[in-house]
Amino acid sequence: MSGFDKVVSSYEEAMAGLTDNMTIVAGGFGLCGIPEGCISQIKAMGAKGLTIVSNNCGIDGFGLGILLEDRQIKKMVASYVGENALFEQQLLSGELEVELTPQGTLAEKMRAGGAGIPAFYTATGYGTPVGEGKESRSFNGRDYILEESIVGDFAIVKGWKADRFGNVVYRNTAQNFNPIAATAGKITVVEVEEIVEPGEIEPAHIQTPGIYVDRLIKGTFEKRIEQRTVRAS
Amino acid sequence: MALTREQMAQRVACELKDGYYVNLGIGIPTLVANYIPDGMSIMFQSENGLLGMGQFPTEDEVDADMINAGKQTVTAIPGASIFSSAESFGMIRGGHVDLTVLGAFEIDVSGNIASWMIPGKLIKGMGGAMDLVAGADNIIVVMTHASKHGESKLLTECTLPLTGAGCIKKVLTDLAYLEIKDQKFWLKERAPGVSVEEIAEKTAGALVIPDHVPEMKFSV
Repeated sequence: MSGFDKVVSSYEEAMAGLTDNMTIVAGGFGLCGIPEGCISQIKAMGAKGLTIVSNNCGIDGFGLGILLEDRQIKKMVASYVGENALFEQQLLSGELEVELTPQGTLAEKMRAGGAGIPAFYTATGYGTPVGEGKESRSFNGRDYILEESIVGDFAIVKGWKADRFGNVVYRNTAQNFNPIAATAGKITVVEVEEIVEPGEIEPAHIQTPGIYVDRLIKGTFEKRIEQRTVRAS
Repeated sequence: MALTREQMAQRVACELKDGYYVNLGIGIPTLVANYIPDGMSIMFQSENGLLGMGQFPTEDEVDADMINAGKQTVTAIPGASIFSSAESFGMIRGGHVDLTVLGAFEIDVSGNIASWMIPGKLIKGMGGAMDLVAGADNIIVVMTHASKHGESKLLTECTLPLTGAGCIKKVLTDLAYLEIKDQKFWLKERAPGVSVEEIAEKTAGALVIPDHVPEMKFSV
């Protein structure tokens, strides 16, 4: 690794520095566009007491769900978590804390965190349990609550293609939370399907500029499908 | 007769206008896509970051990187665009989506909606529902008028934790189409064969009944 070259050759190197009780911001929506290799590495490293910020928590045996197996997650910040039995079990036993956050607010918390904005007002959640205990304010006759942004110790991101400088493009709806998660890590790790040379991606097509990316690794992905729905051909 | 799920979707589809960007929730709202009036162009927004959602893929077209907000595999229509979750909720919160259709457990005369949490039952989360109801101006709630035990879901005040406060103005149930204004439900249409008396009996919140309540039509 030298100059702007962000490429690392192993997941050990990609996740080096991860310790207990850290906060990790993760891209992905359901099982779509999740950083599979980083998640496996976190499991292998065995770090405990983690706070994970991600729209969902995977399923039993796949995605972020595997971090529940050895009780590595202390707190989950997510908008929807209903897909795994182990999650439910640990939540009910009190081993796992969950902070349910509206999906758009979660996205904006990452975006704002990455953009140096400590908090923002949103109408989402005003008058609901989400707004309880939060500062509120009226603008032009409408009520808003103050939501604080999020920056993780690590951000783990799944891209499609990147150049060695960490300029990333995403594929289809595997984009989801990934580009905003990429901005919201003190150390941002991006795993992609293909690494190309600088200049090979049209500069205007780059979705995550390399400035946000600290470590880049080429991975292999299972890409499991959660709800396979087809029509007759 | 109470409306079927398909009839409810058909009635909601009458509210579509050519060139509308529409977000459909999970369940009956999803069926609205099957009843787009002939000659009308509609783009469906899926809040995971897709504007211009198409039909389900054929077996050959299945792509793990192309899903909707229900995590189902989908396709994109020509002219679709794909973007981040922040952008997606920017367009929702910013009021750029023309029509949002979603389900609910309860609504009340103040336009409050409860749709995500039943205390004592496992809470899975609100997903994007709170952002959708807070951001959209034109929302249609689609729900059954009463529970299986006959208890009204159109209340003076919601009993369940809210998804949004004061944001609902239109409701389609299996019995009627109603609007919410001035702390009252206003009965606008009744399902074919359903009496005004039955609707009144199953509406717990204040209800305004005009002299003539037309029967619902399913095409424009």
